[in-house]
Amino acid sequence: MAQTLERLKESASQTAGPYVHIGLMPNFCGIGGVYAHDLGATMVNEKTKGERIRIKIRVIDGADTPLKDALVEIWQADAAGLYNSPSELRGSADPNFSGWGRQATDMTSGECLFETVKPGRVPFIDGRPMAPHITAWIVARGINIGLHTRIYFGDEEKANAQDPVLARIEHRNRIGTLIASREGDTYAFDIRLQGDDETVFFDI
Amino acid sequence: MTGQKLAPNSRPETGAFFQRDREWHPPAFTPGYKTSILRSPRRPLVALNNTLSELTGPVFGHDIIGELDNDLIYNFAAPGEAAIGPRIIVHGRVLDERGIGVSGALIEVWQANAGGRYRHKNEGYLAPLDPNFGGGGRIIATEDGSYSFRTVQPGPYPWPNGPNDWRPAHIHFSIFGHGFAQRLITQMYFEGDPMIWKCPIVRTIPDHHAIEGLTAALDMQATIPMDARAYKFDIVLRGRRSTLFENRLEGN
Repeated sequence: MAQTLERLKESASQTAGPYVHIGLMPNFCGIGGVYAHDLGATMVNEKTKGERIRIKIRVIDGADTPLKDALVEIWQADAAGLYNSPSELRGSADPNFSGWGRQATDMTSGECLFETVKPGRVPFIDGRPMAPHITAWIVARGINIGLHTRIYFGDEEKANAQDPVLARIEHRNRIGTLIASREGDTYAFDIRLQGDDETVFFDI
Repeated sequence: MTGQKLAPNSRPETGAFFQRDREWHPPAFTPGYKTSILRSPRRPLVALNNTLSELTGPVFGHDIIGELDNDLIYNFAAPGEAAIGPRIIVHGRVLDERGIGVSGALIEVWQANAGGRYRHKNEGYLAPLDPNFGGGGRIIATEDGSYSFRTVQPGPYPWPNGPNDWRPAHIHFSIFGHGFAQRLITQMYFEGDPMIWKCPIVRTIPDHHAIEGLTAALDMQATIPMDARAYKFDIVLRGRRSTLFENRLEGN
């Protein structure tokens, strides 16, 4: 026998279920008066630095149907590439940008829309710059543990080609699942849970 | 309230998080829970060592918390009224896998009312709504990770999966730690409930120890006499490596 490590086990994940809005976006589902506004609904204000963009996200199941009860959270650096987090030791992020957003997919269209700024570049573990990207986390009824993926930008071809995370993806034909296409100021990003175009999800 | 800030001399941790034990968590594809069939990724997850994008995460201040946010009995009730049902306190700590309290963790909860009915447009169970119960609340943990809230014990309810599947009484928990990689949603069950072991959603978890870890214990020492019983529920988030001998991050 050796000494015990005395570590705890992470609490097991369980699905967010169909009524996730009650707890995380009560105003969205018509429960008013508990919270003044839904946390994460607004990421920017008039003083936020950087290029304003919108990201339109759908989460699509294995029968090619958009989920109408999914919840998506995004986490990103500010326009200068700094995270608004105590663990960010390289400098101070834009105080007018939270970097974190939360939206539910619409109960009719299945779309959700984030209004944010385009993130700057953040260094990889070895110091090389990663391409601009946003981390996304998806929960819903039927999803037993939250799914992590990344949103890269279709108009950053050169940076994407040098990105050390994209470079680790063995099946090169899957990289496109992580790249949002731009039209005007809006990027469209479909997250496919299954099928030939299944989005790359990360074990972080 | 205490603990809204890190102690002035404590430098935030930046070590990578412990690898998530995927054998302990439910897998994505769990046919007994039918909705997972079309919503489960089938390809292997791509392993990604934590970069700054996963090590950092949003931290929330007490300024977001309202006076009644941790009291579901009153936070939706008309003045002078209260939600109906068995009054309970739920309390515990948010810890990481090293056993260290996660200071300032944001905990958001939601649940059905005492009859097992959710306040939601997509919910059709015949049990009545309680006009004084909304079903949501939130708390920011103190410096040592402690939290508590007051609510009514939710009821079990039937749900469309098998012809006669019921959810055990449960409270949904969403937790933010210090890094986005720690993000977790789970459910709390109640000690002694025989419905736990029959539930297809609970049974997505392969290890019964992991299920016991989601089962809150009746805690008579924390009750408020003549008011509310108490349940103790500790939540464990991923631990993180010490940065002492680790390669430095760029710019660090």
